[in-house]
Amino acid sequence: MKFGVVQFPGSNCDFDAYHALSRAMKRPTVMLWHKDHDLRGVDCVVLPGGFAYGDYLRVGAIARFSPLMQEVQAFARRGGHVLGICNGFQVLLELGLLPGAMLRNKNLKFLCQHVHIRVEDARTDFTRAARKGQVLRIPIAHFDGNYYAPARALKEIERRGQVVFRYCDADGRVTDEANVNGSLHAIAGIRNEAGNVLGLMPHPERASEALLGSTDGRAIFESLIFSLERRRPSRRPAARTRARHD
Amino acid sequence: MIDQALLDQHNLTADEYRLIVELIGKEPNLTELGIFSVMWSEHCGYKSSRVHLKKLPTEGPRVVQGPGENAGILDIGDGLVVVFKIESHNHPSYIEPYQGAATGVGGILRDIFTMGARPIAVLDSLRFGPPDDPKNRSVMEGVVSGISGYGNSIGVPTVGGEVYFDPCYNLNPLVNVFCLGLAEKDKIFYAKAEGAGNKVLYVGAKTGRDGIHGATMASAEFGMETEHKRPNVQVGDPFKEKLLLEACLEVMDRGLIVGIQDMGAAGLTCSTTEMAAKSGMGVVVDLDKVPQREEGMTPYEILLSESQERMLLVATPDNVAAVQAVFAKWDLDAPVIGEVVEGGRARISFKGQVVVDIPVDAVVNLCPAYTRPSLPPGPPPPAPPLEALPLPEDLGAVLLKLLASPTIADKEWVFRQYDHMVQINTVVLPGADAAVLRIKGSPKALAMTLDGNALYTRLDPRTGARIAVAEACRNLACVGARPIGVTNCLNFGSPEKPEVMGQFEQAVTGIAEACRTFGIPVTGGNVSFYNDTEGLSIHPTPVLGIVGLIEDIRRLVRPGFRAAGDAIVLIGESREEVGGTEYLLAQHGLRAGAPPAIDLEQEKRNQDFLLEAIEAGLVRSAHDLSEGGLAVALAECAFHGRGRIGCEVDLRSDLRDDVLLFGESQSRILVTCRPADLGGLLGSAAARGVPAEAIGRTGGTWIAVERSGRGILRVPVAEAYEAWKTSLPSYFQIRT
Repeated sequence: MKFGVVQFPGSNCDFDAYHALSRAMKRPTVMLWHKDHDLRGVDCVVLPGGFAYGDYLRVGAIARFSPLMQEVQAFARRGGHVLGICNGFQVLLELGLLPGAMLRNKNLKFLCQHVHIRVEDARTDFTRAARKGQVLRIPIAHFDGNYYAPARALKEIERRGQVVFRYCDADGRVTDEANVNGSLHAIAGIRNEAGNVLGLMPHPERASEALLGSTDGRAIFESLIFSLERRRPSRRPAARTRARHD
Repeated sequence: MIDQALLDQHNLTADEYRLIVELIGKEPNLTELGIFSVMWSEHCGYKSSRVHLKKLPTEGPRVVQGPGENAGILDIGDGLVVVFKIESHNHPSYIEPYQGAATGVGGILRDIFTMGARPIAVLDSLRFGPPDDPKNRSVMEGVVSGISGYGNSIGVPTVGGEVYFDPCYNLNPLVNVFCLGLAEKDKIFYAKAEGAGNKVLYVGAKTGRDGIHGATMASAEFGMETEHKRPNVQVGDPFKEKLLLEACLEVMDRGLIVGIQDMGAAGLTCSTTEMAAKSGMGVVVDLDKVPQREEGMTPYEILLSESQERMLLVATPDNVAAVQAVFAKWDLDAPVIGEVVEGGRARISFKGQVVVDIPVDAVVNLCPAYTRPSLPPGPPPPAPPLEALPLPEDLGAVLLKLLASPTIADKEWVFRQYDHMVQINTVVLPGADAAVLRIKGSPKALAMTLDGNALYTRLDPRTGARIAVAEACRNLACVGARPIGVTNCLNFGSPEKPEVMGQFEQAVTGIAEACRTFGIPVTGGNVSFYNDTEGLSIHPTPVLGIVGLIEDIRRLVRPGFRAAGDAIVLIGESREEVGGTEYLLAQHGLRAGAPPAIDLEQEKRNQDFLLEAIEAGLVRSAHDLSEGGLAVALAECAFHGRGRIGCEVDLRSDLRDDVLLFGESQSRILVTCRPADLGGLLGSAAARGVPAEAIGRTGGTWIAVERSGRGILRVPVAEAYEAWKTSLPSYFQIRT
């Protein structure tokens, strides 16, 4: 399978995602320029972290108007897989591909640290290589990661089981202290109803190599590879990429 | 037209003015005077420091570029170089903490990428007044947010640094920003303007009136209204800089340009004249082509503006279109504003009139250097004899007090506001002895640290400066890195005060001596004088930024205890030294005494021994002893390890208990090893003339120290951790 990493002006985790996917996960990966109209035949679009358009006006608000986003929206509507990491998640919210919005962190400071997130649903294409309840240790780095949705919308999100990751402590308990940015329902990552679009604030690309202190982020990439390569039997057998996480 | 009052406003002396007239063969007009004023300022011209900085060693086998360019360059093998430098942004950061610090980051980043290197790490040395004063807290919050706001957005990790507190920084905080970039050796670029007929391109943000420090002229002479005065602090736009960074690296990578220079201090003036002077060429510039943010700007303002995020490029006429296409891709304009010419003169026109016509050499290279009067520093205020200092009854309480002192306490409150992981190279996160970054695709890694204990330099500038170099190298050794090069930021008071010049001379001597002993070149740096507010000078504060190389990242060592049951070894000798210590300050309220002595040769032996032991795989953890001495170091080793393992230590010594626990004798390192390796480690230390003794083992939940079997310190790790961890945040808690 082939990954495509979108480059907005101001993206700064674009090369990190590229490195993690092409080197750590050893999958063909291309960069996708925001001004183009061509997804170059990728199987999964990754919207990387950073400060697209400086995050001026509002996080993700300008990036959603990039020409390539029309293609990404159409791709998602066709069932194509889209992964938004950090700023990429914020762009997905602005695009309306995912519900909700981001507020400033509850302590009104940028936060860069390792956090724990609990896998709420291991049946998605983004979490198949993990198990339900598994705790992943992955870094966050954001100022606006305090997830918000109106009460009714939040209820719907929960009812439909769209919450894929929640902030928790090392033992998997969801606590106020572990919910460092103050997200409603400690939401760290959600999917769309169809299950082909996922946004999360933590950075799996920063937790894909042992040298960097954690390999827990690989579970997400491995899940995608497993899900997408299984559907395309002509490609490399997915079993080899299966995680050692169970 | 030019009188003494005008010269005073431009900080030029009558003698300097006479020299200018002689060099350019005419009376300068106001714009030309403005150019000399900034280019011959202390900041750009190093008038007071130049003669002394010559003492620093600048050569070595790795040196590709020493002082004189935007940044120093060292060869790290495999066709790669590191480009690094430190800069101060002290004054702006006091006036407007957020923007002052942010533009400090922006400026040093441009210094690095203007040479063709991608910036991969930022470190900051920050000094504030004590955090119990709300004014100091507000400055600190602003500075940290500014660094965070700029560095995080542009995507360069802030991986380490230091934060110190002392009342001498109440009205004059220090913000020193270090940046390191990585480049291919054959793709380095310099500030050259070669080749007559080549085009000069202006890229980046538009020019505004921000940062024109001379723009307080009488309005009559300009025909301008006084409300056009602007604050002297510039405003940063990290998004613009990110675009500029990518576009510049792209045109350099594709070999589309001849030379490049950032517009930092003195803006367009500095970049045009420096590029021309370095190539022995001249330059013509048409100011009407300079993109301007506001209307009605005078040539004086356009030339001296310090608007951020601007660069000047020189390209052959053939390549201009290709360069402009790259910038257009990044939504940036790149207009041609001038041309390189023969003749060594800068000829600048505005609305069809030549407004500047001066020889570039005079502006750039002929700034006078002064040997200012200096007064050697006197002896430090003596510390009372030890007998006169009461021995605290509860040494555990002293340890807790030291761990909670803002200078020693955990700095996570600061560094978790910085994205320290972006670019996914950061292997050792902030808080350890040195930051460590991998080099993708290579077994090598880079280590870097900033160090300087200003209380030591206040008490004895030469010893303090030697210690700053030694400690930085020791920090590198603790992660297994050999030092390869130095940049320094010398923060001092007014050079017109003889006692300040005395401190400066002594400190530079100390740095030079230590760098020679360690065999490391100084490849550049920055001098910040005039750190005086209301007549008070700061402590002399040299900050050393030292870069180290780890040949094999698998040999990396960290400060934290790894497992229970490891042997703890203390390398180095503990002596009766309490002068200048945190203990003396925190417990007895004294800033006095001679700082600890340092034997540079012994220091080097100790570090070399540690490095060899690490390379031989004998060392499980290593941490240097600094502020707070042995007891604080033991506690920090416990905090940094996973599981926060405690220790049981038994010391043999003639020193008084407090001196033994909290003295700051230099050249000491705490290491742990497997019990089976202990004999080998101690044997090889003895063979090398390195004092080393086994003092205990890791394990348990206490920091427990005995001397010859008698308990002198016993504190639960959890309690010590709490004191260390919660101290700094407690000052900043939002009170509702």
